[in-house]
Amino acid sequence: MHASDASPTLPAELIACHECDLLQTEPRLAPGETARCARCDAFLARNPPDSLDRTLALTLTAAVLYVIANVYPLVGLDMQGRFVEVTLIEAVRALWRDGMTPVAALVFVTAVLFPLLELLMILRVLLPLRFGRTAAAQGTRENRFFRLVRAVKPWGMVEVFLLGMLVSLVKLSHLATVILGTAFWATAGLILALTFASRAFDTRLMWRAPETGDAR
Amino acid sequence: MSHRPAGAPQLTAREAGLMSCHVCGQLARTPSGAHALLRCPRCDTPMHMRKPASVSATWALVLAAAILFIPANLLPVMTTTSLLGSQQDTIMSGVVFLWQSGSWPLATVVFFASIMVPLLKILALIHLAASVQRRSRHRLRQRTRLFRLVEFVGRWSMLDIYVITMLVALVHFQGLATIHAGPGAVAFGAVVVLTMFASMSFDPRLIWDPLADGRAATADHP
Repeated sequence: MHASDASPTLPAELIACHECDLLQTEPRLAPGETARCARCDAFLARNPPDSLDRTLALTLTAAVLYVIANVYPLVGLDMQGRFVEVTLIEAVRALWRDGMTPVAALVFVTAVLFPLLELLMILRVLLPLRFGRTAAAQGTRENRFFRLVRAVKPWGMVEVFLLGMLVSLVKLSHLATVILGTAFWATAGLILALTFASRAFDTRLMWRAPETGDAR
Repeated sequence: MSHRPAGAPQLTAREAGLMSCHVCGQLARTPSGAHALLRCPRCDTPMHMRKPASVSATWALVLAAAILFIPANLLPVMTTTSLLGSQQDTIMSGVVFLWQSGSWPLATVVFFASIMVPLLKILALIHLAASVQRRSRHRLRQRTRLFRLVEFVGRWSMLDIYVITMLVALVHFQGLATIHAGPGAVAFGAVVVLTMFASMSFDPRLIWDPLADGRAATADHP
């Protein structure tokens, strides 16, 4: 369905601010421009240049980094000749075995499961768009995946996890030698890729046929 | 570069008899029946004029978080057993430890993320829910900004949960040192999750609604 089909009696560019409900017309945005609400300054829309390709490239990068971040050890610890290293999943399992089941589940969901779901859903939504199927052809069933992206996004906390890891390493640095693992750097890269991917993602791609050229 | 739409007449979607989809932003006419369920004509999401039971849900979740904030700060979040004996740490004593060991920038970060942010978030959401209930028309922009801030910083409170996870996972040198998580960690995790749900259930459009009511009243009685 095109925007104009959805409610034929309403002008297509009329939008309501999602934070203060003010009706306003969405301005035509040049690439890179952002629209904000006239009354409450809420973010309304952005027109990131070359959105589809950039988002896909960055999301695929993030997917590769995600695998590395989960397969390789995050950090190693050398304490008087004894060496341990952990992967993210092993850290969650250690917490689980320690009897902290709800906390382990929370860490698993926010640092492992939801970031993965977000990546998969974005790819699931954007790949068909990239290979020629228009948003209109996708229909409402596909939009379920996008709704899932929206629901899952606030709970993916890879960047908080990385800072937490740094704090724990500082706490340990006085009693053991800390060795940063491959997954540590992959996680740092993953955060960058995810941040830039969400900046490049124009959600309006989902609902409108991409406009060709630089007319916007 | 930021673009601001021209100042059109200050009419809200609700006043115009329209609802906007919270997923795709599509506008649709509000159905006349009180209980008529409308699905978004574009993306099929169920549509609501405002988030359902927004204020009462926010109250319930914030109060639950406020109660759990007490055990989260009083109970130990971890127990360190080493050659020197056993030591229990609360969130605050972890901050003090970081400060004393010289890493005061990290101590500041942890203090803000683990103690100030959850506390201020609870207070801010109480203020928002109470002012919406009073139908206050003051400081609308500031309160909207406050809500945005609460949504933005809330996730950083998870910091200590991850610190505990990494410490428990790394430090299990039998005979030398082991770290176990304590019951405070469960309460603390619950505070973070509850405040996140609380800010998600709050509808910022409620802040602005009293303004429209005022306009309707003056229009009726000039």
